[in-house]
Formats: sequence, C-alpha cells, structure tokens
Amino acid sequence: MQLKRVVITGMGAISPFGRGVDALIESLLKGESGVRAVPELGHLGGLRSHVAALVPEIDPKEIPRKHRRSMSKMSIYATLACHEALSQGRVSEDVCAGGQLGVVIGSTVGSIDAMEEFFRDYLSTRTLEKVKSTVFFQIMNHSCAANVAQALGITGRILSPSSACSTSCQAVGYGYEMIALGKQSWALCGGAEEFHPLATATFDIINAASSHFNDRPSQTPRPFDRDRDGVVCAEGSGVVLLESLESAQRRGVDIIAEVIGFATVSDPSNMANPNMASMEICMKNALVDAQLNPEEIHYINAHATGTEQGDTAESQAIHRFFGDRVPVSSLKGHIGHTMAASGALELIATIHMMKGGFLIPTLNLDHVDPSCEIIHHLRAMESREVQAAIKNNFAFGGVNSSIVLRRYEHD
Amino acid sequence: MTDEEIIELINSSLAEEFELNMDDMVPEAILLDDLELDSLDRVDMVIVLENAFGFKIREEEEIRHIRTLGDIHQFVINKIHLLEATA
Repeated sequence: MQLKRVVITGMGAISPFGRGVDALIESLLKGESGVRAVPELGHLGGLRSHVAALVPEIDPKEIPRKHRRSMSKMSIYATLACHEALSQGRVSEDVCAGGQLGVVIGSTVGSIDAMEEFFRDYLSTRTLEKVKSTVFFQIMNHSCAANVAQALGITGRILSPSSACSTSCQAVGYGYEMIALGKQSWALCGGAEEFHPLATATFDIINAASSHFNDRPSQTPRPFDRDRDGVVCAEGSGVVLLESLESAQRRGVDIIAEVIGFATVSDPSNMANPNMASMEICMKNALVDAQLNPEEIHYINAHATGTEQGDTAESQAIHRFFGDRVPVSSLKGHIGHTMAASGALELIATIHMMKGGFLIPTLNLDHVDPSCEIIHHLRAMESREVQAAIKNNFAFGGVNSSIVLRRYEHD
Repeated sequence: MTDEEIIELINSSLAEEFELNMDDMVPEAILLDDLELDSLDRVDMVIVLENAFGFKIREEEEIRHIRTLGDIHQFVINKIHLLEATA
C-alpha cells in the first residue's frame, strides 16, 4: 500500500504570550519568559510552588454562545487555535463539513474548574439541582475535540488522545498516520491545557515542581541547568493543520513543513521516573519511520521540563543516539510546561526555526548541569540551516513520543 | 414585587445568562426561533429562574409547555402570586 506524504499547511497557538503564532514566536525570539508569580497558589496549604505561565485574558466572544456554553477555557483555546490554523491553511467551512477533515485534539484531563463547580454543590448540598446542562461537556475527557468539532461543523474522524505531556505529540503522530493511510485528507491536531492548582500540586507532591524561584519567576524553569528545581505548569493550546501533500498541491496552498516520522512507546519501568533507554528507543523508532539517519537530524527540540531526573535521562538518551553533534534546546524556560499543549506549541516553534534558519536557545540555562553536559546545548541564538528536526515529549505513565519534521522545498 | 418588577428581573437574569439583547426580549419572542434557546438552555433557564426568585419549579408540568418569553413572564407571575397567597 502506497502511503501518502503528510504536510503542515496551517498552525494556531494560544500561549502564555497571548493569542497567535506570531505572538509566541516574537516572544521566543526576544528570549522572554511567560512565567509569572501566582500569589493565590501561596494560599493553598502545602503547595510550595507559586509560579505558573498563564494565558493573558482573551475575549472568546467570536465563538457563538451556542458553542461556547459547553466550553471550558481549554476548549476555547483549542477552538481559537483551530480558527488560526484553518485560516492560514485556507480551509473553508465546506471542507470542514465534507467528512475528509478530522480532529485529533486532547487534554490531560477534562476541565478541573468544571469538576470543582460540580462537586462544590454536590458535596455541600448532596443535590444536583444547581448543575447546569453543559457542565458535563466541559468535564468529559474528549471535551476539546468534541467542542472544536461542534463549533467548526467538522464531520470527519474525531479522536482525543490523553497522555499528559505526550498528548499533542501523539495527536500529531496519530493524525499523520491517519492521513498517510488515506483515511482523511486533513486533520486538526494538537492539544490544550487550562491551568488549575491541581496540576502544580501533582508535581509538587512528588518534589518535581519549581519552588525556589517564587520571587524570581522569570528565572524558572531551568531546563538542563545545574540549579533547576522542577516544572512550572502552564496553559494554552497548539494546533497544526495536517494535510496530504497531494491535497495541498492541488489546492496550491503554502506548505509549511512535512511530517516524516512518528513513534510512541510505552515505558513500563516506572509511572513517574523517566527511563533513558526507552527515550532512546522512541527517538530511534521515529527516525526509522522517517527513514533518516541520526546524522540527518539538524536540531532536537527537547522535552526537558527542568526536573532533575527528566533532563538528565533525556540528555543521556540524546547522547547515546545522536552524540554531541546536534544542537538541542528546550522551550520550557520561556513558556513553562503547557502539558497537553506542549508538543504542538513547541512543534510550531520548531517549524518556525526550520523555516527561518535560526535556532532558539534554552532560556535560563546559565550553568549546564554536569549530568547534562554530554550534548550540544544551544546557549545563544544561532543561525543554522535545518533540513530535519525531531521533537520529543515524555509523559507520566511512561508515554514517550517523538515527531520528525522536514523542511519542505517548494518546486 | 410588582408584575413589572418580576418581568424586569426575569428579562435581566435571562439576558445575562444567555447573552441576549434586551431589545429582543419582547413577550411574543419565541424561545427557540427568536431567542435561540434550545433544550439545553431551557434546563439552565429553570436554574436561573430558581436562583433569581428563590423558588423550585423544575418539576412543574407547566414548564414543559412554555413557548414564548411572555409564557415565562406569566408562569413566574402566577407562581409568585400563588406563593404570596399561601405564605
């Protein structure tokens, strides 16, 4: 069976830098941090991390109330990101309704704010009388994908991967496979996350949330740095519009990049601790899928969240497979860990680097930790031609994933 | 509460919840066709009215037959008067 080539023809982002891919890229290029002090987190007993990278206020009114009523913030972010991706890809409402465009968008969990609203009444009054009709649609695990499809009138396939930090990397990968197999011609792929203190608490409980920079929020997280002290939770949404190459060529739209490889593997060694060998296998499998050798990768966008164990394991895995030749950076220092959105948001930034011929360094990497020294860290902006890049995401639950991208040269 | 005050509270509560334009909130407005309030909105409408007036109406049979905003006005006015009479 002849597989179809899969390209990216649209991108959309909601990030701690605001609305739009341009806002994200401009801030990354300036070396800005989206991390802020969140004093309310200090009011929660036992929570030591008081920082987060939150999306600035966004007016969601362009989404009609009929659709918005079933959306929590994460679905609003995802829908607005889809608007941007579809606009760039010049995809019409008719295409959305034509059955050949699918949605592959996930989140770590459904809306915890909505769950809190439900349980506030349920636990205090033991009644359901004040529960509004659309609360469940914000709580269900496929809330983002379903809301996007409803709001955009999409009639193709719908899939909602949920694998925490690997969510949107897997979403892009599954969308890529769907299109390569010819099951869909387009797919909106990505993830979304809305901040809730429970996310920070999840990491803080296992001593993996940053807590020593509450008074200097822009200095954390610190991927690969010797003074790193954990994750900074964030929110947003990243979405890419995947399309078969033949469809994109037929329509004459601008092709932004090509997806050429994907791998995802389970690491059953531990629910929380990263495993270097599994990470290496994941990257190897992705390159096998892409039919590339390690020497053909010119940039690695690391998962590196700023945790002690994760950054070390990823450095070692990269070194074992790629040596110390390939430039590596993590964008978590700029935007924190946007969890389910991180794969797609960082993929979008990686695509811009490939197109622009520049590489964005890791923010807050002042002193490389000795355990991470074995790879080629980007410490400053570099001009460099990148033909192919790999994007990693490694998640709780032992869900590892990697995507391989290639520049697309127009005829 | 006068009937006018009741109508004003109904209209302002529904306008806020459902982002309706006050100019469209005429008694003859049909909930589904004119105000675009569907079956999910009708569930929430009951909660909004219960919160606004402090009564329970969810199980009232008459609710199911409401078609227009005027029907809501009349239903709530009757309900309030009945409660006042039996208080």
